[in-house]
Amino acid sequence: MLDNILESLAFILGTTLMYSAPLIYTALGGVISENSGVVNIGLEGMMTIGAFFGATVGYYSGNPWLGFLVGGLAGGALALLHAIASVTFAADQVVSGIAINFLGPGLALFLSRMFFDGATMTRPIDLEDKIPRSLDKILTKGTFIEKVFNQYDTVYLAFILVAIIWFILYKTKLGLRIRAVGEHPKAADTLGINVYNIRYLCVFLSGVFAGFGGAAMSLAVVSNFRPTLISGQGFIALAAMIFGKWKPQGAMLACLLFGAAQGLVVFLGGTEFQVPSEILAMIPYVLTLIILMGFVGRATPPAADGVPYEKDSN
Amino acid sequence: MDGRNFKEKVVEMKNITKMFGDFKANDNINLTVHKGEVHALLGENGAGKTTLMNVLYGLYQPTSGEIYIKGKKVNVENPNVAIENGIGMVHQHFMLVEPFTVAENIILGMETTKGIGVLDRDKAIEDVEKLSEQYGLYVDPNAKIQDITVGMQQRVEILKALYRGADILILDEPTAVLTPQEIEDLIKIIKNLTNEGKTVIIITHKLKEIKQVADYCTIIRRGKYIDTVKVSETTEEELASKMVGREVSFKVDKEERETGDTVLKIDNLVVRDNRNIKAVDGLSLEVKSGEILGIAGVDGNGQSELIEAITGLREVESGKVYFNSKDITNKTPREIIDSGISTIPEDRQKRGLVLEFTIAENTVLENYDREPFSRKGILNENKIKEYAKDLIKKFDVRPNNEKIKAKALSGGNQQKVIIAREVSNDPDLLIAAQPTRGLDVGAIEFVHKSLVEQRDKNKAVLLVSLELDEVLNVSDRIAVIYEGKIVDIIDAEEADEKTLGLLMAGRGGKRNEN
Repeated sequence: MLDNILESLAFILGTTLMYSAPLIYTALGGVISENSGVVNIGLEGMMTIGAFFGATVGYYSGNPWLGFLVGGLAGGALALLHAIASVTFAADQVVSGIAINFLGPGLALFLSRMFFDGATMTRPIDLEDKIPRSLDKILTKGTFIEKVFNQYDTVYLAFILVAIIWFILYKTKLGLRIRAVGEHPKAADTLGINVYNIRYLCVFLSGVFAGFGGAAMSLAVVSNFRPTLISGQGFIALAAMIFGKWKPQGAMLACLLFGAAQGLVVFLGGTEFQVPSEILAMIPYVLTLIILMGFVGRATPPAADGVPYEKDSN
Repeated sequence: MDGRNFKEKVVEMKNITKMFGDFKANDNINLTVHKGEVHALLGENGAGKTTLMNVLYGLYQPTSGEIYIKGKKVNVENPNVAIENGIGMVHQHFMLVEPFTVAENIILGMETTKGIGVLDRDKAIEDVEKLSEQYGLYVDPNAKIQDITVGMQQRVEILKALYRGADILILDEPTAVLTPQEIEDLIKIIKNLTNEGKTVIIITHKLKEIKQVADYCTIIRRGKYIDTVKVSETTEEELASKMVGREVSFKVDKEERETGDTVLKIDNLVVRDNRNIKAVDGLSLEVKSGEILGIAGVDGNGQSELIEAITGLREVESGKVYFNSKDITNKTPREIIDSGISTIPEDRQKRGLVLEFTIAENTVLENYDREPFSRKGILNENKIKEYAKDLIKKFDVRPNNEKIKAKALSGGNQQKVIIAREVSNDPDLLIAAQPTRGLDVGAIEFVHKSLVEQRDKNKAVLLVSLELDEVLNVSDRIAVIYEGKIVDIIDAEEADEKTLGLLMAGRGGKRNEN
């Protein structure tokens, strides 16, 4: 009995970590962008394009890390469009983000049909060409610890990046400048900080991170890209960022919560529990709604979040 | 005077012109400033003072003209160039990052680091403490901007400039947001700075402060250079007429009047503010017909909440408000307006006007729904237009076009539209909350005249102002508010700045309400 419970718990915790990782990358992207004052609801589109490029490059090259990197760059490239529209041309950041969310999946589907003989999904990557599990050989098989922590390397990397981004935002010169630009761009400008450069950098990085998130999905959690692969995870990451009060560590905790909901879905799906799978699949989304309605409270975003900066406006 | 000789030119701006589209904000302006002097830049709102300084600081590029700093021609293409040349600017609206600490704000853009780009906060705090001691600018480096007073925030701004090695400081309307005590501190700070060899350029339209602190004064009117004068050899009157372009009188002309019946009676009023703290705490007050009662006090002592409670915008917790002997406590704003109370609100852009509406629409905001402006729910636009045209003429609103939006008007003309609307209701009580905030001399004169006119028509006027001079000049009686209570009421003729200042700070006075 106890063994069964521990077994189940290990399974749920393991899947939680696995499903949290793509969300963490993407939410970190949101944290970076919004701390510099650019709202990025285009995370979903950037995540999708990252997932496609990750799977495709991974498949053709046989090198998952190359796929992961290219996935990130693809997300970054899409983010540059968002930057051009919202930073250079001071367009409404929400509208620009929506456009990205149409463009990302559309482009991914189009390219998929082009590269894979009209198929809407990419061909699966061989098991040994997926992202490696470096701790696989070190951890003793079958232990609780092994079941929870024997993960794809992208999972460890996600948590390392949380620490790195936290350090950059709060302990370095660059981070101070990023947050200043997000709070009071004009103040930063009068001190000789280039608001546009900082915002471009942050929006680009947010795309790279969302791309990583997508690639972590298509190269580790599953082994190919299909149109339904991301389906709203970019938005869940966005919600996690808000729930986490625009902070990397907060976003990480929120992602773990959403990941746990996903883990629970997978777990319940494998038991004799008589719940229709459609209802189960709703859990993470319903949880997002409830959290955003009830628990976020008065989280204050960066003061200039979503406000384009124009130099000559008084 | 004090060993400073103004021989070395540190700033020369020659023939500066700055166009915004077709509009000439600066038209061929010359400015020369010497080392160690306090140079005032005087002009009405919109005269182009701030534009000129933004050009000097590199925020704007001049359309034509040349800038010399310390004798060297400089192309100030951005603030970095200005900073490198020792120019620092304290903007009217502070450029501070609210959630950051004092030290973080000061070092931002010139961060102290250890290793590759890692912030050295200890060094930053040490540097800030050293600077603040040297110039007598006390600040707490670890406090967050959002938690400190406006006066303190201004010191942070000055330190920010000094930290960047500025020896020429531009202060844009530095006293607009300060209390009288804070203004005195600032004047001391400016003297300290010039004693240390710094040069200060101060943008202002307050003549008294120029007399107090400046050595030279350059006057700008409608974008054009008018004159540069030695302050010790001129008078406030002369400066004012140069600024406005005509004679201006500071004295508010009013005759002796007998006061009549009590129009407004406030009895032991308690009102809570947005943080649910008692902002008005047992306040009692009477205003009679034929008098202007001025309420003097430091900002945040319950003035705003008091006005909101009288006008029905904020709930009264306990106590009563009587108007012409009728109880109007907690009535709706509409009922209160209709009973005969008009208000010139504190924030003209938020509460006085609908900025996106035309002047005509703004003039009928309180009676658009009745004859002759509408019938059976349909607006009669012709009548509204006629009415507005009439008011525009009577109150000299410029431009005289009822179709333009309120947001396109200058502050003074926006205030004229509000006064026109409120006074035309023929109220028994006119409440004026900070009616001249941000206005220039000409507009202030007009507002004061309007208030006195109401009084002379035997109406009651309740004036709330943070400007001590205004309260002293305009009121018949002065009530001093401190921590939500009236601490004393003095006849204006017997009042002086010093007594009021002490009362406003909560010292002296008899608590006459209980």
